[in-house]
Amino acid sequence: MILHELLTYETLRVIWWVLLGVLLIGFAATDGFDLGVGMLLPFAGQTDLERRIVINTIGPVWEGNQVWLILGGGAIFAAWPPLYAVSFSGFYIAMFAILAALILRPVGFKYRSKRESARWRSNWDWALFIGGFVPSLIFGVAVGNVLLGVPFRLGTDLRIYYDGGFFGLLNPFALLCGVLSVAMLAMHGAAWIVLKSSGIVAERARRFGTWAALATVLLYAAGGLALWLFVDGYRISGAVDPNGPSNPLAKSAEIAPGAWFANYAAHPWMLLAPALGFLGALGVLWSLKTGREVRTLLLSKLAIFGIISSVGLSMFPFILPSSVMPGASLTVWDASSSHLTLFIMLVCTGIFLPLIVLYTAWVYKVLWGKVEEKDITEGGHAY
Amino acid sequence: MELDIVTLSRLQFALTALYHFLFVPLTLGLSILLAVMETVYVMTGRAIWRQMTKFWGTLFGINFVLGAATGIVMEFQFGMNWSYYSHYVGDIFGAPLAIEGLMAFFLEATFVGLFFFGWDKLSKVGHLLSTYAVAIGSNFSALWILIANGWMQHPVGAAFNPDTMRMEVNDFFEVVFNHVAQTRFVHTVSAGYVTASVFVLGISAWYLLKRRHIDLAKRSITVAASFGLLSAVSVVILGDEGGYLASEHQKMKLAAIEGMWETQPAPASFTLVGIPDMEERTNHFAIHIPWVMGLIGTRSLTQEIPGILELVDKAEDRIRSGIIAYDALQDYRAAPSRDAVPPEAVTAFDQHGDDMGYALLLTKYVADPRQATEDQIKSAAWDTVPHVPTLFWAFRIMVGIGFVNVALMAAFVVVSARGTVTRRPWLLKAAVAALILPWIAAEAGWIVAEFGRQPWSIEGVLPTVAAASSLTVPTLLFTIAGFTLLYSVLIVIEMRLMLAAIRKGPQPDHGPEAPLLPARFAAAE
Repeated sequence: MILHELLTYETLRVIWWVLLGVLLIGFAATDGFDLGVGMLLPFAGQTDLERRIVINTIGPVWEGNQVWLILGGGAIFAAWPPLYAVSFSGFYIAMFAILAALILRPVGFKYRSKRESARWRSNWDWALFIGGFVPSLIFGVAVGNVLLGVPFRLGTDLRIYYDGGFFGLLNPFALLCGVLSVAMLAMHGAAWIVLKSSGIVAERARRFGTWAALATVLLYAAGGLALWLFVDGYRISGAVDPNGPSNPLAKSAEIAPGAWFANYAAHPWMLLAPALGFLGALGVLWSLKTGREVRTLLLSKLAIFGIISSVGLSMFPFILPSSVMPGASLTVWDASSSHLTLFIMLVCTGIFLPLIVLYTAWVYKVLWGKVEEKDITEGGHAY
Repeated sequence: MELDIVTLSRLQFALTALYHFLFVPLTLGLSILLAVMETVYVMTGRAIWRQMTKFWGTLFGINFVLGAATGIVMEFQFGMNWSYYSHYVGDIFGAPLAIEGLMAFFLEATFVGLFFFGWDKLSKVGHLLSTYAVAIGSNFSALWILIANGWMQHPVGAAFNPDTMRMEVNDFFEVVFNHVAQTRFVHTVSAGYVTASVFVLGISAWYLLKRRHIDLAKRSITVAASFGLLSAVSVVILGDEGGYLASEHQKMKLAAIEGMWETQPAPASFTLVGIPDMEERTNHFAIHIPWVMGLIGTRSLTQEIPGILELVDKAEDRIRSGIIAYDALQDYRAAPSRDAVPPEAVTAFDQHGDDMGYALLLTKYVADPRQATEDQIKSAAWDTVPHVPTLFWAFRIMVGIGFVNVALMAAFVVVSARGTVTRRPWLLKAAVAALILPWIAAEAGWIVAEFGRQPWSIEGVLPTVAAASSLTVPTLLFTIAGFTLLYSVLIVIEMRLMLAAIRKGPQPDHGPEAPLLPARFAAAE
């Protein structure tokens, strides 16, 4: 197999770093609104019928959206095995909480309306709330901890040792990121409900969406400020071979105040990412008032794109810094899979990702239109 | 059994995998049966077939959500509990999982929404295609997960890279077209088809016994029995093929399944029943059938199948050889650059590198395999023997049920063709009683395949003891308790909803008929 030499190892690593971003953004921009809808469910819907309308706005699509998360997990495993190994085992209890919360979602959607009991339904509504809120919070907390650096070490055989516990993750900066993530996805969920429903439900979603968008703007600004004032970045010290074998211990790195802003100074175009984050969220605020529903949703996606990209760009080439052994930090140049695997996976992604986008778009088109009362009461397919 | 990190991690993996596998086979098979029923509906236009599709679809949906929900746990657990495994083989093992997402999960999960919500929004053909997409997606996901699993059983197309301290792929086509993976794929999906067939058959038989929904039940039986018979035969044939391949690649697993302690002169006899004894290293009260084992394992009358004792001796040799490889690897890594590696270390690693996994078996006893004592080497060699009684019985349960299923399906094909199915209450009762069997067989099959792979996580390459994450016992106890609680509550809810839906039966379906094709195609006709 010589074909993979067409692209240098370095190029493939950068492409896979971009694809990592694409998958995370894909997840947040699609399943993100499902999580947001879950969070808003008990509030945007007050009566049983209203809540069923809220649930059915995402009923047919959440399952497909969630695959972005599954694919994200698989792609990290395939393209960045050390990242998968360190983050999933290090954030062990947090991952368990995410899994437990996510398990509640499918079951909640499917089983909630199968029985008439009001108590049964209300319990599932709160389960769906947890299924939206907990993952949103933890994803944000995890990103905050990644920016801070994670307390892991690598042995000479590259065995992973994690020095922190679950409660170490709950520091003020990471919690700020967690709340930002909750606000951002609540905004996204609200934009979706507004698009897919009408009347009082849409009205309430509009109100919550406005607050969430405002919170997103403020928390994102606060996060950036806190990152500037209180969080030290990381920097590779000495030489690193972008085409070298994937062994994090082959390089050295150090903690460096302000390093997370160095990329913006060196490449000012990167400032576009945080700018889009702010503009998107402000746009949602404005668009919710003027009532263009599709535009609101797209602006919300733009905010998500900007905010997540800005995290990645700040850290490049770091992916997962180690706070206790900076030299073991995982970077784009030493935490990928082999040249051949990256190439094969790129070919597969190049074939299938466009197909996925096409048929997903078709499904959304088939399901176009608002969920009305009669969709719930007639037909018998609704959740 | 000691409650250490590896044991607890294995326990959690087994719990979550066995639980996940309660739902997967039914999803695999029922998706195909739904596609068959809906095809008949679209081709004949008879409403009963739409009603059947919707009714079995409701049950499919209740089952599907738990399969999907617990599937995420499976994918995340490798990184959570098996981080050294993830590092060591992620370069090969991660790819099929990612391709599974790209090729299969998206298709399945995107269209399953349309299956339930699209009846009034799509033309008949449009809806049928959505159903096909669900069936194709779920079966493709089985293909890729079994390619990943096949590589754990028979790792091909990869080599150890001392620079990165992990296995790396060198021939991806070998990984994909691994014949162990292909055999296991067909065996597993066929078992899923049988599961769904027995499910449809058993519930339909119950309706007939209660004299309810006669039309729907009779038609369902016809479909399930014919599909089920083909699948049940395929399960047995491919299972036999799997046994043949095991004699090539996983001799120890085969010997343990058979409880064959000593190497017998060819052709070996098959122990039908008996009580294997790990302490005495023999079987009590064994009943043998001459020749059969030799025929299954080697398809010849002259080739020997090695027994457990002989294989343990071989494992000991490989451990000693592995220690040489391990030693060479340390020299290799101590060298400042690749060119500075002492040539004798390179030669030693080339010669013994394939056995390095065997040296890692010693990490259970000693941090540095080179420091192992003679006793530790002997113990490690005996560790390569999986728990014989468990495998022996799990295998016999699985195979026994496999044959019962063939008989059941054949009987229903006959009575169904003669149109006498309602006049055979004993057969209907048997079908209801058989409902549980495929699940027992599937769980037993998992035990034979995966518990039988022990002590390896990757056969011959990475022992399970070396694969786990550096977690703590209290953490693991917490998550095991959490999963157990959550999963127990959910299965109770699932069973009750399933039973309620079965009791309620198919719903009258008077909805307007959708056009055959979307309007813009219809106009062109």
